Amino acid sequence: MNDITQFSSGISILEISYVFASVLFILGLKMLSHPLSARRGNILAAIGMVLAIIATIFLHQKDEKPIGNIGLILAAIFVGTAIGWIIARRVKMTAMPQLVSLFNGMGGAAAALISIMEFPHISQELIAKSGMANGQVLAILLGLMIGTVSWAGSMVAFGKLDGWIGDMRIKAMKYVNLAILTVLIGFIVFIMTRNVQASIELMPFIYIMFAVAVIYGVLFVMPIGGADMPVVISLLNSFTGVAAAMGGFLYNNQAMLTGGILVGSAGTILTILMCRAMNRSLINVIIGVFGGGGQTNSTEAGSVKEISLSDAAVLLSYSRKVVIVPGYGLAVAQAQHICHDLDKLLEEKGVEVKYAIHPVAGRMPGHMNVLLAEADVPYEQLVESDEINPDLPNTDVLVVIGANDVVNPAAEDDPSSPIYGMPIIKARDAKNIIVMKRGMGKGYAAIENMLFFNDKTRMLFGDAKGTLQNLVNEVKSL
Amino acid sequence: MENILEFFLLNRNVIFIVILSIFLGIEVISHVPAVLHTPLMSGANAIHGVVIIGAIIVMGHAETTGAMILGFLAVVLGTLNVVGGFVVTDRMLEMFRKKK
Repeated sequence: MNDITQFSSGISILEISYVFASVLFILGLKMLSHPLSARRGNILAAIGMVLAIIATIFLHQKDEKPIGNIGLILAAIFVGTAIGWIIARRVKMTAMPQLVSLFNGMGGAAAALISIMEFPHISQELIAKSGMANGQVLAILLGLMIGTVSWAGSMVAFGKLDGWIGDMRIKAMKYVNLAILTVLIGFIVFIMTRNVQASIELMPFIYIMFAVAVIYGVLFVMPIGGADMPVVISLLNSFTGVAAAMGGFLYNNQAMLTGGILVGSAGTILTILMCRAMNRSLINVIIGVFGGGGQTNSTEAGSVKEISLSDAAVLLSYSRKVVIVPGYGLAVAQAQHICHDLDKLLEEKGVEVKYAIHPVAGRMPGHMNVLLAEADVPYEQLVESDEINPDLPNTDVLVVIGANDVVNPAAEDDPSSPIYGMPIIKARDAKNIIVMKRGMGKGYAAIENMLFFNDKTRMLFGDAKGTLQNLVNEVKSL
Repeated sequence: MENILEFFLLNRNVIFIVILSIFLGIEVISHVPAVLHTPLMSGANAIHGVVIIGAIIVMGHAETTGAMILGFLAVVLGTLNVVGGFVVTDRMLEMFRKKK
C-alpha cells in the first residue's frame, strides 16, 4: 500500500491505463451477457488486459524502483501465451468445461505464488508500527488461502470432468472439511497475532498453511459430483477473482482490485443462477447431498423394449413433429454434425424438428448450445425446456440422444430421488420416445431412469455417432 | 476496536471500490440467458487473469534465483489464465455467430 508520494507522468499514465482497463473489463462483462455483443465484449476485455499488462511492465514502480527482469517477464509471457493458445485452440469443444477449470486453476496458483513471495517482504517498519495484524498481512494470507483452494479444487474438478478422478463420498467428509477450514482460519489468526520483527521468521507457517489449503481444496471438490460440477467450477472461478482482488489490495492496484472483485461478485451470482436452473441450493451443492440417496430406487423396473433401425427411420420419417433431446452422450461421440444431418433430412421430408435444450444439458449450462452451434444447427431450432414442455403432448416422436438425468421422471415422481425437484424435459408426455444409448448404464447422477421402461419408449442401443449415421442412411433409403 | 476503525479510515478508498464493484458485478450479469452461462463464466475466468499484474510486479522485483523461478512460474500461470481464458471464450462465441 505504497502511496504515491511524488508526481510523475509515468505513474499518471499507468493509473490512467488502469482506469481504462477497469472500464473495459466492466463493458466487456456487460456485453458478454448479451448474445449479440458477446464476442465483442470478450475482445474488449482482452484489450483492457493487454493495456494493463503493458502499462505495468513499462511504467510500474515500487518504492521508486521500476520493473526489472523485463526480458524474463516477456519470456514468461511468451511461454504462457504459446501454451495457452495451443491448448485453447486444440481442445475439443466437448472438453470445454475442463479447460475453463484448468485455466481458472492457473490463475489461483498465480495468486497463491504472489502471496508466498510477498509475505517475507512485508516492511519491517509496518510490523514495528502495527504488528502483524495489519491489512497487508491479511490480504496476503487470504490471497494465499483462497488462491490455493481455487487451484487445488480446480485441478480436482479438471480431473473429474476428464474422467480420471472418481467421486469420493463419505458422510463424515463435510465435518472433516469444516474442521480443515477452521484450521485454515486458525492459521490466519495465529500468524496475525505473532509478535515478530520480520515476517520472514513466520515463513514455515506459510508453507504449512499452503499445504493445508491444498488439502482443503482437494477435499472440498472430491465429494461433489454429477450435474453439480459446473456450479463448483463457477464457484471456484469467483474464488480466484477474490484472490486476485487480494493482490490488488496488497499493491494498491485498482485494475486488479476492480477486475478481481467484479469476477468475484459476478461469479457468485452466476453460481446462484446455475443452482436455480437445477432447483438446488448452493449449500446443498457444497455439502453434497447429491448422490447420497439413490438406494431407495426400485429395482422392479421391468424390461426395456428395443427398436430396429428401419422401424425408427420409418417412425421418424412419417411424423409431423419430432423433438430431439441432446445430452452429453451426443457431445462425447462428437455426433452433433451427423445429428444435424438427420434433422435436415427429416425437414426435407416435411417433418418439423426442434431441439429441446435443458439448462444443464452437457456438462455446463449452455454447453449444448455451443456444441450445436458448432454443427450449424439454426438458433431458432433450439428451444429451452420450459418452452418445449407444453408442446410435448403434440410431439409424435421424442428422440433422446445420450441424455439421461434431464429426462428422468424421478425428478417429478420420486421424492427420495437425489434429483427430485430438478426441472426436467417431460419426455414421457410425447407420443413416442426413442432413446439412443450406449448401454443400460446410468446417467451422470448415477440413478435409474424409469423413462427407459415406459411403454412408449423404444431403445436404440449403440454409439450415438454410429447409430445416427445408420439412421441417416436408413431414412435416405426410404 | 480502534484498530478496526483506523483500518477503515486508512483503506477507505479500497473499501469504496470493493463495495461498488460488488454491486456492479451483480448488476452487470443478473439478466443473462442460460445459453450464455458457459461463455460468460469463461470470460469472467479470463478477466481474473488480471492477477498476472501482481505476478509481473513480483517478478519485476525478484532478486534471488529462487524468487525469479517462482516469479517466472507465476507470470507463466497468469498468462495461461489470460490467454487461455480469452481464446476459449472467443472460440465458443465464434460458434454462436456462424449459424447465419
